[in-house]
Amino acid sequence: MLRTFRADLHIHSCLSPCGDEEMKPCAIVNQALAMGLDMIAICDHNSAENIAAFKSAGHERGLAVIPGMEVTSKEEIHLLALFDRQEDCLALQDLIYQNLPGENVEEVFGCQTVVNERDETIGINRKMLIGATLLPLEQIVSVVGSLRGVTIASHIDRQAFSLLGQLGFIPEGISLDGLEISIRTSKEEAQKRFHAYQRFSFVRFSDAHHLENIGKNITPFLLEETTSEEIKMALHHQEGRRVLEQ
Amino acid sequence: MTVFDIVKSFELKVRGGKDRLHEEVTGGYASDLLSDVIAHSRKGNIWVTIQTHPNIVAVATMKELAGIILTGGREPDVDTIQKAEEEGIPLLVSPLFTFELVGRLYQIGISGMSPC
Repeated sequence: MLRTFRADLHIHSCLSPCGDEEMKPCAIVNQALAMGLDMIAICDHNSAENIAAFKSAGHERGLAVIPGMEVTSKEEIHLLALFDRQEDCLALQDLIYQNLPGENVEEVFGCQTVVNERDETIGINRKMLIGATLLPLEQIVSVVGSLRGVTIASHIDRQAFSLLGQLGFIPEGISLDGLEISIRTSKEEAQKRFHAYQRFSFVRFSDAHHLENIGKNITPFLLEETTSEEIKMALHHQEGRRVLEQ
Repeated sequence: MTVFDIVKSFELKVRGGKDRLHEEVTGGYASDLLSDVIAHSRKGNIWVTIQTHPNIVAVATMKELAGIILTGGREPDVDTIQKAEEEGIPLLVSPLFTFELVGRLYQIGISGMSPC
């Protein structure tokens, strides 16, 4: 049976250099539940090393956690990738790591903490996660597609690190599943500004880097269950699944 | 030549990091891809870009650049100014577009590096 799921599918953890140190599994899951969310996705920059911890923290408290990542293409475009299976997300991470030069400079970009489901630090990621991969956008989109993942262009209303900010247009034939609008742009304004891209589904997520921003910009989906496959169907209006008006 | 000399020559607006205008400029780099700037700019370079978000200050800090010039009259984001103040990175604005500004910088003796 189809029902409504309130989703915030763009949240950064303490693994993202720009993510607040408080952004750990129990803290995020509690905040998401307090905000009435049914489903979240953890999308750290170019890494998915915290997803297992979040998945089990969510499982314990009855919150669906979708494994995800926010990948930076060589054009410096941010792209959300969402998966059902952790191993598919980690397969993407392998490809990203082979194509991500540089080491993090903690004092400049921030700390990249790997945690367990009890919010304990179990490691520090040394890669320069804030950097860009050597992979072109269209290759990342097609790899995520072949891993049965969902692709959503991040915050297209922003100038920095967005598909429209970096390229100025959406390339013909790219098989994106959706476009994300940030909290900075109202729904009405987005409809007007991005009228030319109405063939894509628009979604709104928080892009939270701090606890207080979780659930501040969300999208309700009509789905049968909380899987990325169902989300993909909703983004393409298939079999009754859809993105609901807020 | 110092950052201050460049500010005077082109009547640049100083939006942040004004305490560090005495820094010596070793050369210039122009690019709008941060990864490219990280890979190819050199310590003491003046960086010419149209990007206005706070990450430009992080990159300039990491690469110990002498300053950033935003072109086409683009103004930095509020967070960018704040970060430039904290990190002491001169943040400058020129009404000229990149090509024109870089040409004029070259004329007063700021050069880039040849790839080796």
